[in-house]
Amino acid sequence: MPASPDLLRVDDLGLRCELGSFHVDPWRPVEHAVITHAHADHARPGSGRYWCAEAGLGLARRRLGAKAEITPIPYGQPFDLGSVRVSLHPAGHVLGSAQVRVESPAGEVWVAAGDYKRAHDPTCAPFEPIPCDAFITEATFALPVYRFPEPGIVMDEIVRWWRENAERGRVCVLFCYALGKAQRLLAELHARREQLPQAFAWVHGSTNLLNPAYAEGGIDLLPTRRVSDRDANNPKDAHGKRDYTGHLVLAPPSAAGSTWMRRFGPASRVDTAFASGWMHIRGVRRRRGYDRGFVISDHADWADLVRTIEEIGCRRVLATHGSSRTLARYLREQGLDASELETPYETEGEDG
Amino acid sequence: MRRFADLFERLDRTTSTNARLDAMAAYFRETPPEDAAWGVYFLIGEKLKRLVKSADLRRWAMREAGIEEWLFRECRASVGDMAETIALLLPERAHDPEPSPEPVLLLETLGEDADAPSERDLSLSRWVERLSVLRHLEPREQERRVVSWWRELSAREVFILNKLMTGALRVGVSRTLVVRALARAFNIEKERVAHRLMGGFEPTPDAFCRLIAPEGSAEDRNVSRPYPFFLASPIAATSDQEADVESLGDAREYLAEWKWDGIRAQLIKRAGEAGGSLTLWSRGDEDLTLRFPEVTAAAARTPGAFVLDGELVAYDHDAQRPHPFGVLQTRIGRTNVHERALREAPGVFIAYDVLELDAADLRSRALVERRRLLEDLLHAHAGDRRAITVSECVVATSWEALRERRASSRSRGVEGLMLKRLDSPYRVGRVRGDWWKWKVEPLTIDAVLTYAQPGSGRRANLLTDYTFSVWRNEPGGELVTITKAYSGLNAKEIETLDKWIRQHTLERFGPVRRVEPTHVFEIGFEAIGVSDRHKAGLALRFPRMLRWRTDKNPHDADTLASVLELLPSRGADAPPAQTVQEADALHPLPEKTEDSRTL
Repeated sequence: MPASPDLLRVDDLGLRCELGSFHVDPWRPVEHAVITHAHADHARPGSGRYWCAEAGLGLARRRLGAKAEITPIPYGQPFDLGSVRVSLHPAGHVLGSAQVRVESPAGEVWVAAGDYKRAHDPTCAPFEPIPCDAFITEATFALPVYRFPEPGIVMDEIVRWWRENAERGRVCVLFCYALGKAQRLLAELHARREQLPQAFAWVHGSTNLLNPAYAEGGIDLLPTRRVSDRDANNPKDAHGKRDYTGHLVLAPPSAAGSTWMRRFGPASRVDTAFASGWMHIRGVRRRRGYDRGFVISDHADWADLVRTIEEIGCRRVLATHGSSRTLARYLREQGLDASELETPYETEGEDG
Repeated sequence: MRRFADLFERLDRTTSTNARLDAMAAYFRETPPEDAAWGVYFLIGEKLKRLVKSADLRRWAMREAGIEEWLFRECRASVGDMAETIALLLPERAHDPEPSPEPVLLLETLGEDADAPSERDLSLSRWVERLSVLRHLEPREQERRVVSWWRELSAREVFILNKLMTGALRVGVSRTLVVRALARAFNIEKERVAHRLMGGFEPTPDAFCRLIAPEGSAEDRNVSRPYPFFLASPIAATSDQEADVESLGDAREYLAEWKWDGIRAQLIKRAGEAGGSLTLWSRGDEDLTLRFPEVTAAAARTPGAFVLDGELVAYDHDAQRPHPFGVLQTRIGRTNVHERALREAPGVFIAYDVLELDAADLRSRALVERRRLLEDLLHAHAGDRRAITVSECVVATSWEALRERRASSRSRGVEGLMLKRLDSPYRVGRVRGDWWKWKVEPLTIDAVLTYAQPGSGRRANLLTDYTFSVWRNEPGGELVTITKAYSGLNAKEIETLDKWIRQHTLERFGPVRRVEPTHVFEIGFEAIGVSDRHKAGLALRFPRMLRWRTDKNPHDADTLASVLELLPSRGADAPPAQTVQEADALHPLPEKTEDSRTL
């Protein structure tokens, strides 16, 4: 039997399925786009039609605009595009994140997993291993040094950090990615609400923008207040500034070191932290100049990447993002047909 | 060791100087002297003599973690630290307890008693004893012990243990901060602690007790101990990046001297038992006494007891200027000094200052007075080609005149001028206000970025070790590597460049990436010499990136010929074209970075 051409392959616009005439997470506008999740580098506006997981519709809508034509599809429900059968399955990355399963008329199955993780996350459906012939995996943290602690343990550390700083009369600013990580933290904090110094958290406007999509999805988050809203319950201190002593503020990493931070008082009274998988490496943590780094990631760590590929039992693996070369070489040494999926953009952003 | 690991964690967890001081002060107060002594020793950046080969350590860790060498190397490149890489790779272990709450806090509600040393917790000094034995063991036995420790310790302790085995701790506290913490913990003047810490610190309980002894104790008289150095500050720049000397006041209130490019050192000759002592200490707290016998011999011939502050250089008596720093380097680290070295790279101690004369501490006197005493002391014993001289005063009455003199720096083989207030005392450390360094503008070339690899320490996982090239012949032809450089870009530029490099990598050799020759950088450096270190056959001293020349395209970068113009003497020193070609063949790749580089 002659080798059939790859069901999914990279072209100038993104990950292309020729038989289905669509792209997965195209980086430029295309006619048909299947979206794995709503992060900006995966869901770009401008395409003709979109398909996404039903659970992710709210976020996709906010990201792609009111006018975008989006078809929500429940997890596991097949639909046809061109001559292939497509279905979306939970990826466990953020709310509504999906793996894209594509089946050719000849019965060959490819899965593009997008970003995924296996660790517990109360804000999204857990990752489901889907049997397939070829698996396209992310490789953001594909080095064996990345072995993340249990999120529950890290969340307890965050609570403790907040409490200690509250007792010392300090403000806690926890930087985190505005979509996904922030809500995951808020959901975990909500589950620990009895132990918190305050019944709510302050948030930067960009974080709050996306919270309603979670409420629509029925996910309980710790109540939030926008820093930019003037709130009578938060009195001004002697210097005429609003007093955030003992409070927790969630903000995107871009706010670090900006003038926006000044409202929380002198740096000596503010304890900063960053919640990200990158905080696993001391040098990265120190470079960023945060007081604390909490290792909590929406990406699979090394152990989970390797375990997932084993569980799926596919013949062929294509690795993309981050340490894709390393992962591919390692898998080849384990006897798999593994290679890098070359994309024009090698993203190794620190949004993990 | 748990207590020390906790201290490390606490220091690592804050960026606040005050919190760090408090954490260290508490540690010094609460820790028995035998452990606190080692704490001081490691915190000021000292390390144990090599205990095991780092290649062995890597092999044991690979075996224990069950990974191949190439994968270990990838990890090492990404983490930027050997000790941490190993700690992260070793099999799963219990999650560390939180470090004990800080003493200022009473967190009864949070309650865990992490500070109570467990049955198995060995003190820091006992760990050092355990480690020190390693050096004398067979590799097989070394491995057995190290692996068993890895298995029994928590992840945080494994990291500290690895740090102690592989090199300095680097927890981001300076020697000065340790001094301040000791001063705070035991209520002693920090200048006194700084002084007591000079001349090499022996990590013994006695030494620690002497360090924290009450003021005026016998401890403050030690015959070989240097004084803490007084360091000059850079002059604030004007808007057009020129040093704003006019802001310093009247030029006539300053003593100007050449800024020699050597090793800052103190020459100590004191009376005492057994004929007294004669020592040469570097600012890096290294004992150079045996390495420069010509200098110590000259000091022995000079009558009286004294402590001089000066610069050690290798001097070219014929040319009447110092040899380049590279020549001095051939003398450092060599205690067995041959006749040839004495002839080709004679050491000269250029004295700036006298800090002590016949047992009297002169540091609080005015510079002008110390200077007179210095001249009296040394001029009385003048001789030709002396190994001890007095630094020349650069006489001028205006900034303008000094500026003109400064312009001759490079041809004199000096780095610029030093400006010292005539009435200044000899202070401790880098105190702004009295002493200034007015360095000459660096030499510059425009070079193309051609290779990059990840940095270490806080630049882990960022491509920040850059290699630059110039055109061998005509622009657009072949590029030859000329230098590496790491510093000079701001965080934003580093991030932008990192992203660009990842997207424009042409080839990879392990962690090293060859990138498209697109970006031009202005590289500044202090001197240039012949060397086979890079393909271009040249070596730059203190290279750094001055500017990212986004306005230039690679064709605008320098050629080898234009760089060679910068060599001090285009005579016998210049590399013949042939040599450059040969060096090329030997270095197909840019050089590896050493683990030891501090960032």
